[in-house]
Amino acid sequence: MTVQADAARRRIEDLLRQHEEQILARWVQIAKAPSGELLDIYRALRSALDQGKGDLADVRGLLAELSRTRARAGHAPADTARAVFGLKEALYEVVEADGEAEALRGFIWFSRLIDDLGLLTFEIFSDAREKIILDQAEQLLELSTPVVKLWEGIVAVPLIGTLDSARTQVVMEKLLQTLVDTGAEHAVIDITGVPAVDTQVAQHLLKTVVAARLMGAECVISGIRPQIAHTIVTLGIEFGDIVTKASLADALAHAFRRSGVQVIRSHNARIAVRAEDA
Amino acid sequence: MQRVPVLKLGDILIVSIQIDLEDQSVLALQEDLADRVVATGARGVIIDITAVEIVDSFIGRMLATIATMCRMLDAQTVVVGMRPAVAITLVELGLSLGGVRTALNLEKGVALLDHVRGADR
Repeated sequence: MTVQADAARRRIEDLLRQHEEQILARWVQIAKAPSGELLDIYRALRSALDQGKGDLADVRGLLAELSRTRARAGHAPADTARAVFGLKEALYEVVEADGEAEALRGFIWFSRLIDDLGLLTFEIFSDAREKIILDQAEQLLELSTPVVKLWEGIVAVPLIGTLDSARTQVVMEKLLQTLVDTGAEHAVIDITGVPAVDTQVAQHLLKTVVAARLMGAECVISGIRPQIAHTIVTLGIEFGDIVTKASLADALAHAFRRSGVQVIRSHNARIAVRAEDA
Repeated sequence: MQRVPVLKLGDILIVSIQIDLEDQSVLALQEDLADRVVATGARGVIIDITAVEIVDSFIGRMLATIATMCRMLDAQTVVVGMRPAVAITLVELGLSLGGVRTALNLEKGVALLDHVRGADR
């Protein structure tokens, strides 16, 4: 740092110390924030500057806390950043009154410092958001992959939502583990809730079926809607010798047939007849 | 080198793999098994890999080779007890073990062999 810049910087530090009351009051007015928080930040900033080499860890910590609480309270990140930038305006009034070239030069340095801190609040805000999104994605993954037992030896996986590699992995692992746990020999993968099937999704489905087959279970894919059948044929995807059915009921009937279960309608079943027809 | 024992149960040979397979033991197993199938006139071979936790392409190919070999000697091969992780690994390796029959456990493997032979008769 040159002597000149050093002097400019010291001048700003002096101003911050001498006019603390005035700057702080003006800052609170501009930022429209509770004075307690801003006072803490101001004190931390000043003590960081007083110590010399600009160790801003404390200030960053306070700002992170401020950004987080404000984000949780529903403030836009721009508001928080603007509140921090308000300090420049508050200080500028003092600098202008001071009128020295050194103070003006120092103001540029100070302004850069505040810019960095303002951007920091933005970063923290987006980090917090990112974390929320990640948590939710994880929860969604856990929620959306149940394996249900349809009959002794028959399990079904109703898939809902878009299939990607991560989800297929979870579905595959869960299905295979269920096969081991229950000893089921038939599995139905129902894709009624899958909005679109492309080559990648088909690839994932095929892998799951082959893996189940390796373990000694048969897989049926059901719930193929007309548009999806059309897409699959247009894309030229080959399902080979994998059994596919239009509805879950058809797949269940197929599994019954393969496992030798017969469903017979009972003769003395009650038939719903309205009183006036009887 | 550890050898994998081949057990005879009626006209079925049972191979239960309980050790970490080395390439040498795999080759020895293939020879032993072919010899035993010929010697006993077995009609079915069950390979139990319940205890196998790690597979590579070599072991995947071994299963396919044994199955082909046994079919030439007129014996059906069933691989039983494959773990989910193993199945996923084999699929990712691109090995679908085309000609190999599979079953969830030994009991179901025996039932499958009975069923297949019943159909042949």
